[in-house]
Amino acid sequence: MNETVGTNGLIFNEPLLWEKGVSGRTGFSMPRRDVDNAPVDENLAGKGPDFPDLSEVDLVRHYVRLSQWNFSVDNGMYPLGSCTMKYNPKTNERQAALPGIAGAHPLLPESLSQGMLQLMHELSDDLCRITGLDAVSLQPAAGAHGELTGMLIIYAYHAAKGEKRSKILIPDTAHGTNPASASLCGFASIPLASNEQGMLDPAAVAELMDEDTAGIMVTNPNTLGLFEENITEVAKIVHDKGGLVYCDGANMNALMGVVNMKDSGVDVLHLNLHKTFSTPHGGGGPGAGPVCVTKALEPFLPVPRVTEENGRYAFSWDHPQSVGKLHAFWGNFGILVRAYSYIRSMGGENLKKASQLAVLNANYIKERLKGTYHLPYDRPCMHECVFTDKHQQAHKVSTLDIAKRLMEYGFHPPTVYFPLVVSGALMIEPTETECKADLDRFIEAMKAIDAEAKENPDLLHDAPKIPKVRRLDEVAAARKPCLRD
Amino acid sequence: MKEIGELVLPEDVRYAEDHEWAKQNGKTIRIGISDYAQDQLGDIVFVELPQTGDVLAKGEEFGTVESVKAVSELYMPLGGKIAAVNAALEDAPEKVNNAPYTDGWMIEVEAEDPGEFDLLMDKEAYLKMLKGSAP
Repeated sequence: MNETVGTNGLIFNEPLLWEKGVSGRTGFSMPRRDVDNAPVDENLAGKGPDFPDLSEVDLVRHYVRLSQWNFSVDNGMYPLGSCTMKYNPKTNERQAALPGIAGAHPLLPESLSQGMLQLMHELSDDLCRITGLDAVSLQPAAGAHGELTGMLIIYAYHAAKGEKRSKILIPDTAHGTNPASASLCGFASIPLASNEQGMLDPAAVAELMDEDTAGIMVTNPNTLGLFEENITEVAKIVHDKGGLVYCDGANMNALMGVVNMKDSGVDVLHLNLHKTFSTPHGGGGPGAGPVCVTKALEPFLPVPRVTEENGRYAFSWDHPQSVGKLHAFWGNFGILVRAYSYIRSMGGENLKKASQLAVLNANYIKERLKGTYHLPYDRPCMHECVFTDKHQQAHKVSTLDIAKRLMEYGFHPPTVYFPLVVSGALMIEPTETECKADLDRFIEAMKAIDAEAKENPDLLHDAPKIPKVRRLDEVAAARKPCLRD
Repeated sequence: MKEIGELVLPEDVRYAEDHEWAKQNGKTIRIGISDYAQDQLGDIVFVELPQTGDVLAKGEEFGTVESVKAVSELYMPLGGKIAAVNAALEDAPEKVNNAPYTDGWMIEVEAEDPGEFDLLMDKEAYLKMLKGSAP
């Protein structure tokens, strides 16, 4: 059979389990009774819960069918910009499921958790080596939680010097959560416009940076997929006024083994283990957003921290300047295991190669599609590239229509209408895990959609027709939300 | 999205750089967003407006408008006291898309300094600005 791209539309409808159940069906057999009948305690008697009667095959088919309604990195290319939807190697799952790890209780004493503590200690060391920074907290549960942790650390640093600074500079090419995290910590976020090249302008930073500004929150590479070439100069300007540099490291997949974040002037950085270090995400969690800092900021990291002495590992709580505890128990431990497994199975050289291939793949797509789709910043990109719908608008076809039609070619749509500095943005991040043949199929699909926009725009306006759910009425859903049954 | 030639830009309102419009309405000045702004935002799903009685300066944020694409801030084209807000937008934000200059108005302001109204652009100047900044 000669397979082509796309889908053929064979999707099973599937009712709820309660609608599917038939009284008397069962998924198991009770063993023969080998004890005498005994009366049931009154308190335990009565009607059972409302569970449907189902056979084993009913149940298996139900969940397999539901899983087929979904799209995941295990189905196909998922070029959702800024999200780094790389393939998650199955060995990571295998390690996380090892009985000794999966069964470890968070309340076990340190003496019985030496392996777990060692894993956290070594993962911290690895993340230091990857970023160039000096110390890490593994506690934050995701990127935005890492941002808040970083902001609390910056606040505590200034407070320890007897200063109370009220503002944070945030470029318009930073991640959208940055201003929210800064505000949650009580800072006023001061927007900073990027220049015509989509870059941070040192002169603009110098103009706004003052002694009431706690620091700057930079995303590097920024949300246009461009490396902030002036980062060292910007950092110097901020440091000269006593401020600190926070880097949103959500885009670290472009830089592993290539850029030393500390040398570039960064004081605090969060990583998204669920992006760069290949733990599953996209379903709402759990994630992990470790925060890496310089030596000077180490005293402010959350507690507890994992320490090692003569091969014995322990939690240490005695850090009086710490911002405190930010997560129940020790963070999302299962995610830490997966990231550790990924880092250790890749090794330093291969992590660097992963970043290089991620950048190469994005540049390949950028070059092959730039004649077809409008490229607002035509310069070498990092791990993602940003196009717009400017050329297709002449045919009344928008970014949303293009994204919806792409589903029918068997690809997850890219990120749309973000970053906000680009009107009608299509933000494509292929990651290193797509091979050239798959990138070519994606490029051909994007070109075919452009041809359709000219010849038959309604095909795009009506898309998607094949998937289980057709175009949803997002407007009605937002204007008249149905929040209960 | 609309071509510049397709935009509805009435002659009897004044325009601000942030795409709000302002129109003399008896003793107060009525304010909304232009056809260009509503078209760029796309389908509007929520409008957040200030309290009556709030006093805001020119350029200050008076609310936000949320579309399926993004949340955007609304800025005072001139300073003054909020005399009225269009409560109908709470249940029917689509009025901003369907009738940006009439049913989709947002606030009425008792102007602090009537001179600020005169500084706003007329249709011709606004159109010129749009042509300069068109994506």
